[in-house]
Amino acid sequence: MKGEQHWRPSATLETLKARAELFSSVRAFFVARKVLEVDTPILSAHATVDRHIESYGNASDGWLQTSPEFAMKRLLCAGSGPIYQICHVFRREESGRHHNAEFTMLEWYQPGYDHHRLMSEVEELLHAVGVSGAGFERLSYRDAFLRYAGLDPFAASLEQLRNAASFDSDAGAQALERDFWLDLIMSYKVGPQLGRDSPVFLYDFPASQAALSRINGNIAERFELFWQGIELANGFHELADAAEQRRRFESDQSWRKAQSHIVPPYDQNLIAALENGLPNCAGVALGLDRLLMLMQGLPNVAATMSFSGDRA
Amino acid sequence: MATVSTNEMKSGTKVLIDGIPFSVIDNEYHKPGKGQATNSIKIRNLKTGRVLERTLKSGDTLEVADIEEIEMQYLYNDGEFWHFMNPASFEQIQAVKAAAEEASKWIKGEETCRVLLFNGVAIGVTPPNTVTLLITETDPGLRGDTSGGGGKPATLETGAIVRVPLFVQQGEMVKCDTRTGEYMSRAGK
Repeated sequence: MKGEQHWRPSATLETLKARAELFSSVRAFFVARKVLEVDTPILSAHATVDRHIESYGNASDGWLQTSPEFAMKRLLCAGSGPIYQICHVFRREESGRHHNAEFTMLEWYQPGYDHHRLMSEVEELLHAVGVSGAGFERLSYRDAFLRYAGLDPFAASLEQLRNAASFDSDAGAQALERDFWLDLIMSYKVGPQLGRDSPVFLYDFPASQAALSRINGNIAERFELFWQGIELANGFHELADAAEQRRRFESDQSWRKAQSHIVPPYDQNLIAALENGLPNCAGVALGLDRLLMLMQGLPNVAATMSFSGDRA
Repeated sequence: MATVSTNEMKSGTKVLIDGIPFSVIDNEYHKPGKGQATNSIKIRNLKTGRVLERTLKSGDTLEVADIEEIEMQYLYNDGEFWHFMNPASFEQIQAVKAAAEEASKWIKGEETCRVLLFNGVAIGVTPPNTVTLLITETDPGLRGDTSGGGGKPATLETGAIVRVPLFVQQGEMVKCDTRTGEYMSRAGK
């Protein structure tokens, strides 16, 4: 039965060595660029209020981070200059071939960069750790949808999106919002086609999916990196406007409340830090387990981890 | 009513959709970087065997189907119903033709079959993996053929038709695999 070998690691020793090498080449890359390694708390009194990310924790014990973003931005506001971090993050309810509730994230911030300049640095990092393919393609969100789903995500009607999504669970489907259909088309039609050979950057998302990025007209200044159909990284030209940040947090909290989801407290310290001033910067988070999985040709993220969620 | 959420659905989980029982074959989690998570499940209709895919929002639930598979002994059929008995309790149940039809061409009585019950009603019958049956009709084969290359059709006592080697004759017992519908060997008289 399944249980017998459960004390054993989910990765081979060979993979664990490749993992250590990946981590040290990532560190060497940032050392050479004089980006400071930082180490922020995993347990916080605040949590993300992102509509689609669930935190572990509760109001009295605190919350495990789903990303080190808030603490790192507070460091930037305090004048840290360029910083990076390799840390574990936790997301409830995420498990599957490419998901493990606890996973390892590389996150870094570059003052003075916008999302385009940061894309170039992501590409340089990937080359430095051994991913080949010069000049990763950069595809706008709109062009990717036109190419792989045959529709303009900004102009298509709700009806067109619904038809393209071929979502056959009809429960409440009428009430779902535009972004729901876009996410579905991204998950099943567009994403799996991206980066078949070399990695591809997808950039300029709809403003409704801005998360913590700057909005420019109807565009959110964000990018994601895809390789072999799998999303590897998510980067923002970071929102620095404290009032706008507070408004987004509150709007996400209202949405969560309306959906009867848990509504954690958002990070007041981040708002205070932004009021003090965040330098113009871009930041990106990259899943190291997934990167290792693709570099090593492994079937799932569990095979990159010492002990995956089912045996942790 | 018991329900099961998308993150609890595993291969073999029985769910109910529009009153029809399905068995989960595969469940895959999808999530765009920042967005709605969904699960695509591959499911088999337990009544028809048809496989289809459904997409659910992660965290959505489906009703659990009351499905049970038990070993029962086949007794007889009366043309309308196929009758089975639980060898432990001696309780008898009947399966309608639609549920027993596939299995019926392999069973003649006393075989231990697996009966699939949905809300206590038989919706499927799986015959033993192998059965030994009498050939009631086949053309005489050519003398000297031992390899079975090509073969010929033979009708078994239960009505199944299998391809047998040319040297196998009417009146002989043969062992067959019910999963593939193929002849395996002669079984002696």
